[in-house]
Amino acid sequence: MATRRQFVQGLAASAAFGGVPFGAAHAAGTPQVLTGTEFKLDLASLPVNITGQPRMATAINGSIPGPILRWREGDTVTLAVTNRLPFTSSIHWHGIRLPTDMDGVPGFSFKGIATGETFTYRFRVPQSGTYWYHAHGPEEQTGVYGSIVIDPKGGFAQRFDRDYVVVLSDWSDETPTRIISNLKFQSDYYNYGRRTVGTFVNDAKQDGLGPTVSDRLMWGNMRMAPTDILDVTGATYTYLMNGAPPAANWTALFKPGERVRLRFIDAGTMSIFDIRIPGLPMTVIQTDGNDIVPVTVDEFRIGPGETYDVIVEPRDTRAYTIFVQSQDRSGFARGTLAPRAGMAAEIPPMDPRPLRTMADMGMQHGAGGHGAGAAPAAGSDPHAGHGGAAPAPAAASPHAGHGAAAPSTPDPHAGHAMGGSTPQPMTGSIPVVGMTPEQAAARLSGNVAVDNIAMAPMNRLGEAGDGLEGNGRRVLRYTDLRRPIPANDPRPPTKEIIVHLTGNMERFMWSIDGVKFSQAAPIVLQRNERVRFTIINDTMMDHPMHLHGVWSELENGQGEHRPYKHTILVKPGERLSYLVTADEPGRWAFHCHLLYHMELGMMREVRIL
Amino acid sequence: MMTRTLALWTMLAMAGLSTAARAQAPVTQPDEHDKPHMLDQSIYFHGIFNQLEGRFGQTSSFRWSGESWLGTDENKVWLRTEGRVEGGQVDDGIQELFYARSISTYFNALVGARYDLDSQPGRGWGAIGIEGLAPQFFRVGVTGYISGEGHLGAKLEGSYDFLFTQRLILQPQFEMNFYTKDDPMRGVGAGLSELDVGLRLRYEITRQFAPYIGVSYLGKFGNTANYVLESGGNPNEVRFVTGIRTWF
Repeated sequence: MATRRQFVQGLAASAAFGGVPFGAAHAAGTPQVLTGTEFKLDLASLPVNITGQPRMATAINGSIPGPILRWREGDTVTLAVTNRLPFTSSIHWHGIRLPTDMDGVPGFSFKGIATGETFTYRFRVPQSGTYWYHAHGPEEQTGVYGSIVIDPKGGFAQRFDRDYVVVLSDWSDETPTRIISNLKFQSDYYNYGRRTVGTFVNDAKQDGLGPTVSDRLMWGNMRMAPTDILDVTGATYTYLMNGAPPAANWTALFKPGERVRLRFIDAGTMSIFDIRIPGLPMTVIQTDGNDIVPVTVDEFRIGPGETYDVIVEPRDTRAYTIFVQSQDRSGFARGTLAPRAGMAAEIPPMDPRPLRTMADMGMQHGAGGHGAGAAPAAGSDPHAGHGGAAPAPAAASPHAGHGAAAPSTPDPHAGHAMGGSTPQPMTGSIPVVGMTPEQAAARLSGNVAVDNIAMAPMNRLGEAGDGLEGNGRRVLRYTDLRRPIPANDPRPPTKEIIVHLTGNMERFMWSIDGVKFSQAAPIVLQRNERVRFTIINDTMMDHPMHLHGVWSELENGQGEHRPYKHTILVKPGERLSYLVTADEPGRWAFHCHLLYHMELGMMREVRIL
Repeated sequence: MMTRTLALWTMLAMAGLSTAARAQAPVTQPDEHDKPHMLDQSIYFHGIFNQLEGRFGQTSSFRWSGESWLGTDENKVWLRTEGRVEGGQVDDGIQELFYARSISTYFNALVGARYDLDSQPGRGWGAIGIEGLAPQFFRVGVTGYISGEGHLGAKLEGSYDFLFTQRLILQPQFEMNFYTKDDPMRGVGAGLSELDVGLRLRYEITRQFAPYIGVSYLGKFGNTANYVLESGGNPNEVRFVTGIRTWF
């Protein structure tokens, strides 16, 4: 049996890379790089041993992650994918703009690739940047993912001397179906950070007995746990960087003074990560493959499906730790930037576990709380990390909140400190499809699939997110993302579609508008229609929403310079919007990229006629 | 009866497995009505023994109480079983089979049948109930029964998990049984016939395997108490318990 240390840290000489030669010692985990326009990819089972327990994984060309595909903008690429797995599988090219039948979603694009079959994808690559590819089913968890780097036709916007892909992922010795089944029986199965008698005593000492008791009663009344950060945690996951567990210490080399480009990809199944390199500021230059005006930060959050490119300039002849904590601080992935192989730097302690607040329930404005400046208080609560502070206990009873405590005209932007750059949704001036919070409450409260409706969802684009507020570091915010060039399509939207992200944590059910994917009708868009998607997150968790086929232009206050993304991490209790030009006809998947949320129903078809 | 039940469960389990399996098909363009096959209608199968324990006092007994369900988020087949073995005799052998339907965020409705299957004469009941998670995380259940002879009964259950640490958990629990009429053959009297209260401290070595120690109180009331006294028993027993809470 694996020791706890082995389990968390993984094996130093991990067999995650199968039979692939390790190559240079400095890049033990680096998969092969494939270039050109013709590619052959084989999906097959692969014996691995990440934690000390032999397991059967699923791999692309015998490595996890699969090969780095290096394409050139404007090329037409041909990819012959052979499925040697004992079940139908496929590859989806995440974030790539292509015809719908090349998108690799079984049931939408095609029937999938049956065992023993080869499917040849062929499409023109109209874009550049960092992307990735993966299976569109449970086998993604067990290793069917890899990275795509597309070189721009006109040269790079930024100068750099070294270029590394950093694929972050999570490995479990348990199968995907086992994990889902466990969560169906006990939804906090993997949460070993629950509140206990001990945390009660600590909180009572700090905040007083009365407030602590009323805080516990408030959450108890809602039947929800503020410690619910990630559904699947370090209790079963070993976090990987380029396939290497922490003990294997994936290393990227540099010479002092060089500019090093790191292309971070969150290929995690259920893991939101916070990334920093202690001692080294990071200049973020790209997200989801699109250049942004460079912004220098100490730390940033990445959700499954997202990519961020950063440039770092280490000047000292020393090692730096690339430290990647899971959002719930139950574990970390780790690698090293070093002037030579075999070096290591200190691994910092993990930050305190975040706790959810009433803001995460979309109820911050509950009672008297929606005056100017009141909203951000909970998000930046310095006590949030260690647990007791009950924000605005007056906002308490959530069920009262469905009706009585809700402000009569909830203004999602009231009190939020974003100054004049706050986007103003034009609700009212264009046709709106979907439910307001009041309508959602009327239709969905008490629904089997829904445990909460955010009655006062907030604009949280200017917040770093739960667990990152007030940590003393410069943390990237969605409001920082600014595209250097103006939007391609200047037309205003002619329709707004409101989408509620809904769930029932106790039953471990996930849905959109309270309806699971298999029972839902598609969202239909006209060809070239310009649409605003407004997402209201009624759940207490972050959801990385990924829309296939077309760009999602996040309305983050940057006006015409709003960033183009394919995956947008929506915070709990948040209301945000993005614009879409429906310029690629076909049947597209729109889903939460937490794999099990998608599998269990938080997904829709977007059909562009 | 047991064999048939087992066969039914096995059959349903197999059906569940085949539903979860992903269809294989040749590579062609999808039909207009094709959809990705996700796991949002999957069938799951779980079972738990909340109590699987020895009870030690003036007299000693063995007690089991468990349940199992098979189904989707919305529809399930639900089995509940409990009983006590004492001196080679089984009593309180309440076996129930339900169709369960999710009716709200936290509650399920149960409709089915109960059969009292133990060393006493058997009794059949129609059963209807509700179970789920009440505010403040109390797990509660109430079931009403009607027998062919026009007897009515009710069972009330509740429990709560009190976390000392992430793995050391104290669970207070109770079960009450009510009947409208005496049933001397089964030693059951009208009114509150039985109260079973326990306080169990378990250690979750894994989530699915937790040994525990605790105390239990078993009280019999009204005519039930009289029947116990007549047969020389003690209607109020406090016992030390030790057992295993386990689920799959």
